[in-house]
Amino acid sequence: METLNLFIKSIFIDNMVFAFFFGMCSYIAVSKNVKTALGLGAAVIFVMLMTVPLNYLLNEYVLAPNALIKGVDLSFLTFIVFIAVIASFVQLVEMVVEKFSPSLYNQLGIFLPLIAVNCAILGGSLFMQQKVEGGEISGIVDSIVYGLGSGLGWAIAIVMMAAIRERLQYSNIPAALKGPGIAFIITGLMGIAFMIFSGIKL
Amino acid sequence: MSNLKNVTGPLSANNPIIVQILGICSALAVTVKLEPAFVMGLSVMVVTAFANLVMSLLRNGIPSRIRIIVQLVVIAALVILVDQVLKAFVYDVSKQLSVYVGLIITNCIIMGRVEAYALGNKPWASFLDGIGNGLGYMAILVIIAFFRELFGSGSLFGIKVIPESFYEAGYSNVGIMLFPPMALIIVGVIIWVHRSFNKDLQEK
Repeated sequence: METLNLFIKSIFIDNMVFAFFFGMCSYIAVSKNVKTALGLGAAVIFVMLMTVPLNYLLNEYVLAPNALIKGVDLSFLTFIVFIAVIASFVQLVEMVVEKFSPSLYNQLGIFLPLIAVNCAILGGSLFMQQKVEGGEISGIVDSIVYGLGSGLGWAIAIVMMAAIRERLQYSNIPAALKGPGIAFIITGLMGIAFMIFSGIKL
Repeated sequence: MSNLKNVTGPLSANNPIIVQILGICSALAVTVKLEPAFVMGLSVMVVTAFANLVMSLLRNGIPSRIRIIVQLVVIAALVILVDQVLKAFVYDVSKQLSVYVGLIITNCIIMGRVEAYALGNKPWASFLDGIGNGLGYMAILVIIAFFRELFGSGSLFGIKVIPESFYEAGYSNVGIMLFPPMALIIVGVIIWVHRSFNKDLQEK
Protein backbone atom coordinates (compact mmCIF):
# COMPACT_ATOMS: atom_id res chain seq x y z
CA MET A 1 0.00 0.00 0.00
CA GLU A 2 2.82 2.33 0.94
CA THR A 3 4.51 1.54 -2.35
CA LEU A 4 1.36 2.16 -4.40
CA ASN A 5 0.94 5.44 -2.56
CA LEU A 6 4.48 6.44 -3.50
CA PHE A 7 3.80 5.55 -7.14
CA ILE A 8 0.61 7.62 -7.45
CA LYS A 9 2.19 10.47 -5.52
CA SER A 10 5.25 10.64 -7.73
CA ILE A 11 3.14 10.75 -10.92
CA PHE A 12 0.45 13.24 -10.00
CA ILE A 13 1.06 15.09 -6.76
CA ASP A 14 4.82 15.54 -6.94
CA ASN A 15 4.78 15.78 -10.72
CA MET A 16 8.29 16.60 -11.91
CA VAL A 17 7.16 19.35 -14.27
CA PHE A 18 4.24 20.97 -12.53
CA ALA A 19 5.39 20.80 -8.92
CA PHE A 20 9.16 21.19 -9.30
CA PHE A 21 9.75 22.50 -12.85
CA PHE A 22 12.31 19.79 -13.52
CA GLY A 23 13.36 19.27 -17.10
CA MET A 24 11.74 22.46 -18.33
CA CYS A 25 14.34 23.19 -21.00
CA SER A 26 13.74 20.12 -23.10
CA TYR A 27 10.07 20.21 -22.09
CA ILE A 28 9.54 23.57 -23.79
CA ALA A 29 11.83 22.85 -26.73
CA VAL A 30 10.69 19.34 -27.71
CA SER A 31 6.94 19.65 -27.08
CA LYS A 32 6.12 20.81 -30.60
CA ASN A 33 4.66 17.55 -31.85
CA VAL A 34 3.28 14.50 -30.10
CA LYS A 35 5.46 11.89 -31.80
CA THR A 36 8.78 13.42 -30.80
CA ALA A 37 7.42 14.13 -27.34
CA LEU A 38 6.48 10.47 -26.93
CA GLY A 39 9.97 9.40 -27.98
CA LEU A 40 11.69 11.71 -25.53
CA GLY A 41 9.20 10.79 -22.80
CA ALA A 42 9.96 7.10 -23.28
CA ALA A 43 13.70 7.76 -23.17
CA VAL A 44 13.32 9.73 -19.93
CA ILE A 45 11.19 7.02 -18.32
CA PHE A 46 13.79 4.40 -19.23
CA VAL A 47 16.75 6.44 -17.98
CA MET A 48 14.99 7.28 -14.71
CA LEU A 49 13.87 3.71 -14.19
CA MET A 50 17.49 2.59 -14.40
CA THR A 51 19.39 5.44 -12.75
CA VAL A 52 17.29 5.97 -9.62
CA PRO A 53 17.71 2.37 -8.34
CA LEU A 54 21.40 2.38 -9.36
CA ASN A 55 21.98 5.59 -7.47
CA TYR A 56 19.98 4.19 -4.57
CA LEU A 57 22.40 1.26 -4.31
CA LEU A 58 25.40 3.57 -4.56
CA ASN A 59 23.90 5.85 -1.94
CA GLU A 60 23.21 2.98 0.43
CA TYR A 61 26.44 1.02 0.05
CA VAL A 62 29.08 3.57 -0.94
CA LEU A 63 28.14 7.12 -0.09
CA ALA A 64 26.29 6.86 3.23
CA PRO A 65 28.28 7.38 6.46
CA ASN A 66 30.09 4.20 7.59
CA ALA A 67 28.95 2.35 4.44
CA LEU A 68 32.21 1.67 2.64
CA ILE A 69 34.83 2.24 5.31
CA LYS A 70 33.98 2.65 8.97
CA GLY A 71 34.11 6.23 10.13
CA VAL A 72 34.24 7.74 6.65
CA ASP A 73 31.40 9.88 5.32
CA LEU A 74 31.54 10.16 1.54
CA SER A 75 28.23 11.97 1.11
CA PHE A 76 29.93 15.12 -0.21
CA LEU A 77 30.67 13.12 -3.36
CA THR A 78 26.95 12.62 -4.04
CA PHE A 79 26.63 15.07 -6.94
CA ILE A 80 29.64 13.86 -8.85
CA VAL A 81 28.79 10.15 -8.45
CA PHE A 82 25.14 10.58 -9.42
CA ILE A 83 25.92 12.66 -12.47
CA ALA A 84 28.60 10.21 -13.61
CA VAL A 85 26.11 7.32 -13.45
CA ILE A 86 23.52 9.35 -15.34
CA ALA A 87 25.93 10.59 -18.01
CA SER A 88 27.22 7.13 -18.79
CA PHE A 89 23.70 5.75 -18.92
CA VAL A 90 22.54 8.43 -21.31
CA GLN A 91 25.50 7.64 -23.55
CA LEU A 92 24.24 4.05 -23.64
CA VAL A 93 20.68 5.04 -24.49
CA GLU A 94 21.98 7.33 -27.21
CA MET A 95 23.88 4.50 -28.85
CA VAL A 96 20.85 2.18 -28.65
CA VAL A 97 18.47 4.75 -30.15
CA GLU A 98 20.93 5.61 -32.90
CA LYS A 99 21.17 1.95 -33.85
CA PHE A 100 17.52 0.95 -33.73
CA SER A 101 15.62 4.11 -34.62
CA PRO A 102 17.69 6.57 -36.67
CA SER A 103 14.62 8.67 -37.52
CA LEU A 104 13.84 9.28 -33.84
CA TYR A 105 17.53 9.93 -33.30
CA ASN A 106 17.51 12.69 -35.88
CA GLN A 107 14.32 14.22 -34.53
CA LEU A 108 15.55 14.39 -30.97
CA GLY A 109 18.84 15.85 -32.14
CA ILE A 110 20.81 17.62 -29.46
CA PHE A 111 18.17 16.84 -26.84
CA LEU A 112 19.13 13.20 -26.59
CA PRO A 113 22.61 13.80 -25.14
CA LEU A 114 21.05 16.63 -23.16
CA ILE A 115 18.92 14.11 -21.24
CA ALA A 116 22.11 13.85 -19.20
CA VAL A 117 21.56 17.43 -18.11
CA ASN A 118 17.80 17.05 -17.88
CA CYS A 119 17.19 18.23 -14.34
CA ALA A 120 14.37 15.71 -13.96
CA ILE A 121 16.85 12.84 -13.97
CA LEU A 122 19.35 14.23 -11.48
CA GLY A 123 16.45 15.74 -9.53
CA GLY A 124 14.85 12.31 -9.26
CA SER A 125 18.02 10.87 -7.78
CA LEU A 126 18.50 13.78 -5.37
CA PHE A 127 14.89 13.58 -4.20
CA MET A 128 15.33 9.83 -3.80
CA GLN A 129 18.25 10.57 -1.45
CA GLN A 130 16.10 13.04 0.52
CA LYS A 131 13.26 10.55 0.74
CA VAL A 132 15.64 7.87 2.04
CA GLU A 133 16.60 10.24 4.84
CA GLY A 134 12.94 11.04 5.42
CA GLY A 135 12.04 7.33 5.58
CA GLU A 136 9.65 7.47 2.59
CA ILE A 137 11.81 5.14 0.51
CA SER A 138 13.16 2.01 2.13
CA GLY A 139 14.49 -0.72 -0.07
CA ILE A 140 15.28 -1.17 -3.73
CA VAL A 141 11.66 -1.84 -4.75
CA ASP A 142 10.56 1.58 -3.52
CA SER A 143 13.34 3.26 -5.46
CA ILE A 144 12.37 1.43 -8.68
CA VAL A 145 8.75 2.47 -8.18
CA TYR A 146 9.77 6.06 -7.50
CA GLY A 147 11.97 6.21 -10.61
CA LEU A 148 9.21 4.77 -12.79
CA GLY A 149 6.55 7.07 -11.34
CA SER A 150 8.58 10.24 -11.73
CA GLY A 151 9.55 9.36 -15.28
CA LEU A 152 5.92 8.59 -16.15
CA GLY A 153 4.78 11.89 -14.65
CA TRP A 154 7.28 13.77 -16.78
CA ALA A 155 6.31 11.85 -19.93
CA ILE A 156 2.59 12.47 -19.36
CA ALA A 157 3.25 16.17 -18.93
CA ILE A 158 5.28 16.53 -22.13
CA VAL A 159 2.82 14.51 -24.23
CA MET A 160 -0.13 16.56 -22.98
CA MET A 161 1.76 19.74 -23.69
CA ALA A 162 2.66 18.59 -27.21
CA ALA A 163 -0.97 17.77 -27.95
CA ILE A 164 -2.08 21.22 -26.82
CA ARG A 165 0.64 22.94 -28.84
CA GLU A 166 -0.34 21.05 -32.00
CA ARG A 167 -3.84 22.48 -31.72
CA LEU A 168 -2.46 25.88 -30.81
CA GLN A 169 -1.04 26.38 -34.28
CA TYR A 170 -4.52 27.19 -35.53
CA SER A 171 -5.26 29.82 -32.94
CA ASN A 172 -4.67 33.52 -33.12
CA ILE A 173 -2.01 34.48 -30.58
CA PRO A 174 -0.48 37.96 -30.19
CA ALA A 175 2.80 38.02 -32.13
CA ALA A 176 4.95 38.68 -29.08
CA LEU A 177 3.44 35.78 -27.16
CA LYS A 178 3.99 33.13 -29.86
CA GLY A 179 6.34 30.24 -29.11
CA PRO A 180 7.83 30.07 -25.63
CA GLY A 181 5.65 32.82 -24.11
CA ILE A 182 2.37 31.01 -24.59
CA ALA A 183 4.01 27.68 -23.74
CA PHE A 184 4.95 28.99 -20.30
CA ILE A 185 1.48 30.33 -19.63
CA ILE A 186 -0.13 27.04 -20.70
CA THR A 187 2.24 25.09 -18.46
CA GLY A 188 1.26 27.39 -15.60
CA LEU A 189 -2.43 26.75 -16.21
CA MET A 190 -1.82 22.99 -16.43
CA GLY A 191 0.08 23.25 -13.16
CA ILE A 192 -2.93 24.91 -11.53
CA ALA A 193 -5.08 22.07 -12.85
CA PHE A 194 -2.66 19.52 -11.40
CA MET A 195 -2.85 21.21 -8.00
CA ILE A 196 -6.24 19.55 -7.67
CA PHE A 197 -4.43 16.28 -6.89
CA SER A 198 -2.55 17.77 -3.97
CA GLY A 199 -5.29 17.03 -1.45
CA ILE A 200 -5.46 13.31 -2.27
CA LYS A 201 -4.26 10.90 0.40
CA LEU A 202 -4.15 7.17 -0.21
CA MET B 1 35.09 46.26 -27.05
CA SER B 2 33.82 42.90 -28.24
CA ASN B 3 34.48 41.51 -24.78
CA LEU B 4 32.14 44.09 -23.29
CA LYS B 5 29.41 42.76 -25.56
CA ASN B 6 29.80 39.35 -23.92
CA VAL B 7 28.65 40.88 -20.66
CA THR B 8 25.89 43.18 -21.88
CA GLY B 9 24.41 40.98 -24.62
CA PRO B 10 22.92 38.31 -22.32
CA LEU B 11 21.23 40.96 -20.17
CA SER B 12 18.48 41.56 -22.69
CA ALA B 13 18.86 40.75 -26.39
CA ASN B 14 20.36 37.32 -25.75
CA ASN B 15 19.05 36.62 -22.27
CA PRO B 16 19.58 32.97 -21.26
CA ILE B 17 16.13 32.50 -19.75
CA ILE B 18 13.70 34.45 -21.88
CA VAL B 19 15.46 34.27 -25.26
CA GLN B 20 17.60 31.14 -25.23
CA ILE B 21 15.07 29.34 -22.96
CA LEU B 22 17.80 27.68 -20.88
CA GLY B 23 18.02 26.95 -17.18
CA ILE B 24 14.38 27.41 -16.35
CA CYS B 25 14.09 24.49 -13.95
CA SER B 26 15.90 26.09 -11.08
CA ALA B 27 14.85 29.60 -12.03
CA LEU B 28 11.27 29.03 -11.01
CA ALA B 29 11.55 26.94 -7.90
CA VAL B 30 13.73 29.33 -5.90
CA THR B 31 11.81 32.51 -6.62
CA VAL B 32 9.23 32.47 -3.85
CA LYS B 33 11.38 34.94 -1.94
CA LEU B 34 14.03 37.43 -3.06
CA GLU B 35 16.84 36.24 -0.82
CA PRO B 36 17.19 32.65 -2.12
CA ALA B 37 16.67 33.92 -5.68
CA PHE B 38 19.55 36.34 -5.24
CA VAL B 39 21.86 33.71 -3.72
CA MET B 40 20.93 31.23 -6.45
CA GLY B 41 21.64 33.79 -9.17
CA LEU B 42 25.01 34.55 -7.65
CA SER B 43 25.92 30.85 -7.36
CA VAL B 44 24.99 30.19 -10.98
CA MET B 45 27.01 33.20 -12.10
CA VAL B 46 30.12 31.95 -10.28
CA VAL B 47 29.76 28.41 -11.63
CA THR B 48 29.08 29.54 -15.21
CA ALA B 49 32.03 31.92 -15.24
CA PHE B 50 34.52 29.42 -13.85
CA ALA B 51 33.18 26.47 -15.86
CA ASN B 52 33.62 28.58 -18.99
CA LEU B 53 37.13 29.56 -17.91
CA VAL B 54 38.25 26.01 -17.12
CA MET B 55 36.71 24.46 -20.23
CA SER B 56 38.18 27.17 -22.40
CA LEU B 57 41.63 26.45 -21.00
CA LEU B 58 41.15 22.72 -21.59
CA ARG B 59 39.43 23.03 -24.95
CA ASN B 60 42.35 21.92 -27.12
CA GLY B 61 43.18 18.88 -24.99
CA ILE B 62 39.82 17.11 -24.88
CA PRO B 63 38.68 14.61 -27.53
CA SER B 64 35.20 15.72 -28.59
CA ARG B 65 33.57 12.32 -28.04
CA ILE B 66 34.04 12.42 -24.29
CA ARG B 67 33.65 16.14 -23.79
CA ILE B 68 30.21 15.94 -22.17
CA ILE B 69 31.49 13.76 -19.36
CA VAL B 70 34.52 16.02 -18.85
CA GLN B 71 32.23 19.05 -18.73
CA LEU B 72 29.97 17.40 -16.18
CA VAL B 73 32.90 16.52 -13.96
CA VAL B 74 34.28 20.07 -14.07
CA ILE B 75 30.84 21.56 -13.38
CA ALA B 76 30.05 19.06 -10.63
CA ALA B 77 33.33 19.85 -8.88
CA LEU B 78 32.56 23.59 -9.00
CA VAL B 79 29.03 23.02 -7.71
CA ILE B 80 30.32 20.94 -4.80
CA LEU B 81 32.56 23.89 -3.88
CA VAL B 82 29.65 26.33 -4.06
CA ASP B 83 27.46 23.98 -2.05
CA GLN B 84 30.02 23.69 0.73
CA VAL B 85 30.54 27.47 0.81
CA LEU B 86 26.79 28.09 1.03
CA LYS B 87 26.44 25.53 3.82
CA ALA B 88 29.25 27.21 5.73
CA PHE B 89 28.22 30.86 5.41
CA VAL B 90 24.48 31.09 4.67
CA TYR B 91 23.09 27.89 6.15
CA ASP B 92 19.45 29.07 6.24
CA VAL B 93 19.39 29.93 2.56
CA SER B 94 21.20 26.71 1.73
CA LYS B 95 18.42 24.78 3.51
CA GLN B 96 15.77 26.68 1.54
CA LEU B 97 17.49 25.93 -1.76
CA SER B 98 17.74 22.21 -0.84
CA VAL B 99 18.27 20.08 -3.95
CA TYR B 100 18.33 23.06 -6.28
CA VAL B 101 21.98 23.77 -5.46
CA GLY B 102 22.85 20.30 -6.74
CA LEU B 103 20.72 20.94 -9.76
CA ILE B 104 23.01 23.78 -10.84
CA ILE B 105 25.03 20.91 -12.38
CA THR B 106 22.22 20.19 -14.79
CA ASN B 107 21.38 23.83 -15.34
CA CYS B 108 21.33 24.04 -19.11
CA ILE B 109 22.77 27.56 -19.08
CA ILE B 110 26.13 26.24 -17.94
CA MET B 111 26.31 23.31 -20.35
CA GLY B 112 24.85 25.47 -23.10
CA ARG B 113 27.41 28.24 -22.71
CA VAL B 114 30.32 25.80 -22.43
CA GLU B 115 29.19 24.00 -25.58
CA ALA B 116 28.28 27.08 -27.57
CA TYR B 117 30.99 29.49 -26.48
CA ALA B 118 33.81 28.30 -24.25
CA LEU B 119 34.86 25.42 -26.50
CA GLY B 120 35.63 27.82 -29.33
CA ASN B 121 36.93 30.95 -27.65
CA LYS B 122 39.77 32.33 -25.55
CA PRO B 123 39.67 32.01 -21.73
CA TRP B 124 39.14 35.68 -20.83
CA ALA B 125 36.30 36.17 -23.33
CA SER B 126 34.69 32.94 -22.11
CA PHE B 127 34.95 34.06 -18.50
CA LEU B 128 33.16 37.33 -19.34
CA ASP B 129 30.55 35.42 -21.32
CA GLY B 130 29.89 33.34 -18.21
CA ILE B 131 29.57 36.46 -16.05
CA GLY B 132 27.19 38.03 -18.55
CA ASN B 133 24.93 35.00 -18.78
CA GLY B 134 24.96 34.60 -15.01
CA LEU B 135 23.90 38.24 -14.65
CA GLY B 136 21.12 37.82 -17.20
CA TYR B 137 19.90 34.78 -15.31
CA MET B 138 20.06 36.61 -11.98
CA ALA B 139 18.16 39.59 -13.41
CA ILE B 140 15.19 37.46 -14.45
CA LEU B 141 15.23 35.55 -11.15
CA VAL B 142 15.14 38.78 -9.18
CA ILE B 143 12.28 40.19 -11.29
CA ILE B 144 10.18 37.04 -10.78
CA ALA B 145 10.99 36.87 -7.07
CA PHE B 146 10.16 40.58 -6.66
CA PHE B 147 6.62 40.09 -7.90
CA ARG B 148 6.08 36.80 -6.12
CA GLU B 149 7.32 38.03 -2.77
CA LEU B 150 5.61 41.43 -3.01
CA PHE B 151 2.20 40.04 -3.86
CA GLY B 152 2.52 36.66 -2.20
CA SER B 153 3.88 37.66 1.20
CA GLY B 154 3.70 41.45 1.12
CA SER B 155 7.41 41.80 1.80
CA LEU B 156 10.76 42.31 0.04
CA PHE B 157 13.92 40.57 1.30
CA GLY B 158 11.80 39.51 4.29
CA ILE B 159 10.95 43.11 5.29
CA LYS B 160 7.26 44.05 5.27
CA VAL B 161 6.59 46.73 2.67
CA ILE B 162 2.82 46.71 2.44
CA PRO B 163 1.62 48.80 5.41
CA GLU B 164 -0.69 47.36 8.08
CA SER B 165 -3.40 49.85 7.20
CA PHE B 166 -3.82 48.14 3.82
CA TYR B 167 -4.58 44.84 5.53
CA GLU B 168 -7.01 46.55 7.89
CA ALA B 169 -8.77 48.04 4.88
CA GLY B 170 -9.40 44.54 3.57
CA TYR B 171 -6.31 43.81 1.42
CA SER B 172 -4.92 40.31 1.69
CA ASN B 173 -1.90 38.52 0.25
CA VAL B 174 -2.41 36.67 -3.00
CA GLY B 175 -1.78 33.10 -1.88
CA ILE B 176 -1.50 31.62 -5.36
CA MET B 177 1.64 33.69 -6.05
CA LEU B 178 3.45 31.32 -3.69
CA PHE B 179 2.54 28.25 -5.76
CA PRO B 180 4.74 26.98 -8.61
CA PRO B 181 2.33 27.66 -11.52
CA MET B 182 2.37 31.41 -10.98
CA ALA B 183 6.12 31.51 -11.56
CA LEU B 184 5.56 30.03 -15.01
CA ILE B 185 2.85 32.52 -15.81
CA ILE B 186 5.07 35.41 -14.69
CA VAL B 187 7.86 34.16 -16.98
CA GLY B 188 5.32 33.98 -19.80
CA VAL B 189 4.32 37.58 -19.17
CA ILE B 190 7.96 38.73 -18.97
CA ILE B 191 8.60 37.10 -22.36
CA TRP B 192 5.49 38.78 -23.73
CA VAL B 193 6.57 42.24 -22.58
CA HIS B 194 10.18 41.70 -23.67
CA ARG B 195 9.23 40.58 -27.17
CA SER B 196 6.78 43.40 -27.60
CA PHE B 197 9.74 45.76 -27.36
CA ASN B 198 12.16 43.54 -29.32
CA LYS B 199 10.20 42.82 -32.49
CA ASP B 200 13.06 40.91 -34.14
CA LEU B 201 12.73 38.12 -31.54
CA GLN B 202 9.10 37.40 -32.35
CA GLU B 203 8.27 34.08 -33.98
CA LYS B 204 6.62 34.18 -37.33
